Amino acid sequence: MSEEPILRLEGLSKDYGQGMVLHSLDLDIYPGEFLTLLGPSGCGKTTTLRLIAGLEQPTSGRVFLEGVDMTDRPPEKRPVNTVFQSYALFPHMNVFQNIAYGLKTAGVKKAEQKQRVEEALALVRLSGYEKRMPSQLSGGQRQRVAIARAVVLKPKVLLLDEPLGALDLKLRQEMQAELKRLQQQLKITFVYITHDQEEALNMSSRIIIIREGRIEQIGTPEEVYEHPKTLFAASFIGQSNLLRGTVSRYEENGELTLNVMGVSLPALSDEPRQKGERLALCLRPQRVRYGSEPQHGMNLQGIIREKTYSGGMQHTLIGLNDKLTLNAITQASELDSFPLGSMVYVGWSKQHAPLVPDSELNLDQAEGVL
Amino acid sequence: MKANQQDRRFSLLLKLPMYLWTIMFVFVALLYIIGLSFLSRGERIGITNEVTVSNYARLADPQYLQVMLNSLKLSVLTTLICIVIGYPFGYLMARLKPTVRSIIMLLLIVPFWTNSLIRIYGWRILLMGNGPLNTFLLNLGIISSPLKLLNTDGAVFLGMVYALIPFMILPTFTTVDKLDFSVVEAARDLGASPLRAFFTITVPLTMAGLMAGCVLVFIPSMGLFFLSDLLGGSKSVLAGNLIQNLIKSRDLPMASALSVLLLAVTGGVIALYRKAGGSAGELGLF
Repeated sequence: MSEEPILRLEGLSKDYGQGMVLHSLDLDIYPGEFLTLLGPSGCGKTTTLRLIAGLEQPTSGRVFLEGVDMTDRPPEKRPVNTVFQSYALFPHMNVFQNIAYGLKTAGVKKAEQKQRVEEALALVRLSGYEKRMPSQLSGGQRQRVAIARAVVLKPKVLLLDEPLGALDLKLRQEMQAELKRLQQQLKITFVYITHDQEEALNMSSRIIIIREGRIEQIGTPEEVYEHPKTLFAASFIGQSNLLRGTVSRYEENGELTLNVMGVSLPALSDEPRQKGERLALCLRPQRVRYGSEPQHGMNLQGIIREKTYSGGMQHTLIGLNDKLTLNAITQASELDSFPLGSMVYVGWSKQHAPLVPDSELNLDQAEGVL
Repeated sequence: MKANQQDRRFSLLLKLPMYLWTIMFVFVALLYIIGLSFLSRGERIGITNEVTVSNYARLADPQYLQVMLNSLKLSVLTTLICIVIGYPFGYLMARLKPTVRSIIMLLLIVPFWTNSLIRIYGWRILLMGNGPLNTFLLNLGIISSPLKLLNTDGAVFLGMVYALIPFMILPTFTTVDKLDFSVVEAARDLGASPLRAFFTITVPLTMAGLMAGCVLVFIPSMGLFFLSDLLGGSKSVLAGNLIQNLIKSRDLPMASALSVLLLAVTGGVIALYRKAGGSAGELGLF
């Protein structure tokens, strides 16, 4: 991306007095992006958003918008708007007054106010709701009003703080599609916060994984899913068999053997490794293949321990030895007929099982882990 | 079904003392006063059984009207000052750290454990010609002769604000404390200056507390007769004093008629408050 960033965060740190919440965060955000800050609760993503909006002051670091330093500007003087997690609609104003609030404050003429509010309402598909009070709206409708109230001001960047967190699953999926449509229609840069990795994968053009106030990985949904760079990224995004072990053989062409709890697993590394190095193999359950014959590189032997059928998919637990088990997911259309306890050959294509450095990360505490 | 009925009977039994108390000491007393106000003054026991409306006709007497008007003026002024001091106080208090806030709350409430009459005597001593305040100012050389502080309208006014301001602070504190400040942040985010956000968002959303405070200050202020007695000397005569004087001079029917008028005025204020959307529950906060 060679163009100028619309938003630049430079060495942004925040300390609320009880330790650092954000550690010198550097981030460039480009025009038209749907950028998602993804991380477990308390990782500093909301703080980042509040620093961009001006609702908090950084302990150090600067915020630039289109090259202009915004750090010392109060929130009302920044051309960014926020959709709050709790919606924060004004309960004493009706829908029209809520959406017109920013326009009225900016001194926009009455006739133009009316026209722009109507446009914004049409955009979020709530035309005709002008006279309703926030208390008379459903959760999804309040959400739409909160979005309309922010986009009516035509911000350079729209900040969304877990906007779908309070909605039920069905509504959340609807609103995900709606937000994507809105973003494409408005061509506004979105900075989106969520702790829901599925939501992040569905909507974003780029994902920033944050953990304990530091950026863990930056990439497109595909990159972070297929090529996690850290154990945390691998455990947080999607489901993975995280197989932590020691390199027992390494060849110049990248082929290596990872010894995990007494089992030798084949792997492929795209960077030089050393014998004895501690690595973790990230194996998606969908990538695990098994059968009665040792074909397609299925060179390991295992025993079917458990089979669970759930909605179009079958989860299978395969024991490689007493301690090491693998999760496998197969489409229901390819159901196998192996009874429990039968011996199978197991394997996966090595290109689809990336290696990450092993770390002290306690996997039981990371969300999204199997 | 039967158990339900039993429950209801039991709950009625529990409520009975409360009903009895209210009927005895509120309704009966009130009816007694209203009844008295339609009788005329008598020699032996203070009243005769001659029914009349002349007591109410006498209310139009310019002398009485003047007193009522003075009372009203002082009450309105007291309420206004309580808003100006009490609302920001309650607001800032709600924004403080919980520990600091509880200390202030304690300082506000502790004086209530002392009889208000005694506290007003305290003010008398403080404001006397040779009292601590005058002595202090004299010693500093700010004044050359003692100021007349006691027995002035100013002293009465000061006493009123002193006695009633907690009733403004506490309901405003409660509403500000309950306010979700993300709406204020939203207003700032949408381009409002801190002052504009305060007046368009914070004030309307804490109006309930402010209105409850006004009612809680205004109504007692109409009847605080001992305040003007102790701090205003014989000079300022307010509605409460007038009623007290009439009782002293054994004109119970006229005193009752004035009480009914006072009741009507305060009742009117509460009616206005209810009409403006205030809830009775908000008044019970304290």
